[in-house]
Amino acid sequence: MEVSRNWRLQSQRYRMEGLRCEQCGTVIFPARAHCPQCAGESFASLALRGLGEVYSFTQVHDAPAGFEHDAPFFLALVRLDEGPLVTAQLTDVERETVHIGMPVEMVTRKLREDGERGMLVYGYKFRPLLRQRRPDEAVALPARVRVPATEAVAA
Amino acid sequence: MNQPMPTQAEIKPMLPVLPVGVAGYGAYVPRFRLPAAEVARVWTGNTGNSLAVTEKAVAGLDEDVVTMSIEAARNAIARAEIDPVDIRAVWVGSESHPYAVKPTATIVAEAIGAVPHTQAADWQFACKAGTEAIQAGIGLVGSGMARYVVAIGMDTAQGRPGDALEYTAGAGGAAILLGPAAESLAVIEGSHSVVTDTPDFWRRQHERYPEHGQRFTGEPAYFRHVTTAASELMQGLGTTAGDYAHVVFHQPNAKFPQRAGQLLGFKPEQLEAGLLAPFIGNTYAGSALLGLTAVFDKAAAGERVLLVSFGSGAGSDAIAFRVTARMQAQRDLAPSTATYIARRTQIDYALYARYRGKLALQ
Ligand SMILES: [Zn+2]
Repeated sequence: MEVSRNWRLQSQRYRMEGLRCEQCGTVIFPARAHCPQCAGESFASLALRGLGEVYSFTQVHDAPAGFEHDAPFFLALVRLDEGPLVTAQLTDVERETVHIGMPVEMVTRKLREDGERGMLVYGYKFRPLLRQRRPDEAVALPARVRVPATEAVAA
Repeated sequence: MNQPMPTQAEIKPMLPVLPVGVAGYGAYVPRFRLPAAEVARVWTGNTGNSLAVTEKAVAGLDEDVVTMSIEAARNAIARAEIDPVDIRAVWVGSESHPYAVKPTATIVAEAIGAVPHTQAADWQFACKAGTEAIQAGIGLVGSGMARYVVAIGMDTAQGRPGDALEYTAGAGGAAILLGPAAESLAVIEGSHSVVTDTPDFWRRQHERYPEHGQRFTGEPAYFRHVTTAASELMQGLGTTAGDYAHVVFHQPNAKFPQRAGQLLGFKPEQLEAGLLAPFIGNTYAGSALLGLTAVFDKAAAGERVLLVSFGSGAGSDAIAFRVTARMQAQRDLAPSTATYIARRTQIDYALYARYRGKLALQ
């Protein structure tokens, strides 16, 4: 595991910092060089609220290297309120209760550890919404910043 | 008390130059519960224990003091409605920091967005590391050096398999965000600490499980420090037990805090809101602070709250709060402590052994 690569991804992994395209307003997460909507290259950074719902999910039994200790776990596509679709593990869920459309919130959890001696890697996962949404949070952002599902999945 | 503390003629409570209060608070308790009856079944074949702890909270595979502290701190910030860049110190008290060398606090500070212009450090004083950090935070805010300080007490406590501690050693804790009294949910009325070199409980470097002095943990350690700190603070503030709507003690089990309350003249109902050990066990550095958050979830404006921690080794911090009118408007901005406790998934000893790394895989 590369220590420097994990370090560079911290603001994205710890705080879900994404980008907002200054040309068309599209919210982009994870960050990339060009806006998927308008190919714009100028962005403002934006901390996502970490609220959304399960768009799709699967249960992983045969986990990739580094994640064996967590198996079996749920891997999901989560549609964030701000628009982006992110791939992340679900946590604190049971097979009987996880479902498409389930409201979820971001939590920071241990993603993996590099053996007994290596570093611990922390990052976002999603769990069933625990807290009450405040009235101002129930409203999604204006439609223009929502990325169409097809585009986001393709990306 | 078989060996009373030497007393001074006049105890002056510790008070900062500028008034300080609790700007926000946040709890965290993981969702897994291991019933004490299950531990007893495995090791004794019986189902009872004498500690009045029904079950304890257990952290999941992807949880540790870092992740739990991050969530508690985010809850505290949500209730305070402040910009985390104004936090000038992030202090985490625990005896289960995931790294032996590398601060938990830098990871927490990064995750809550307090970096880079902040202090960050890990505190260690067994179960009172969190209140120790609060005391220092009161000093930092009260001197004008910082606007906000977040002090955290959090643990994923380990008990040796089969040891008496395994029935109670739980996981959880809380974050207390300190700030100017004028914008606080509860004002600090004063604090007081007592410390002596008392070898009741310890864990040596590189050892996985702690050792304890068996019967030595009660009278000379817990009760002597807790009752001295509490009674001297109350005396110094000119208050008595009856002036406090709620009192919260460190909770190694349910019996010790109840007995301490009795010795100090508190009625059982004054302990009730903050007595969580029966449901989540002993969360070590998180224990007293979690009880405090449960009290804050319920307390009315004007009510006084007394917090008394205990750390083996040994010492006790007593801190007096008075709840302000702002509490009611802010407390629903994050999940209540009762919400975390109600979020409950029961596990058996086998899953517990897996989640807590008690199985050797190589
Ligand atoms: Zn664009």
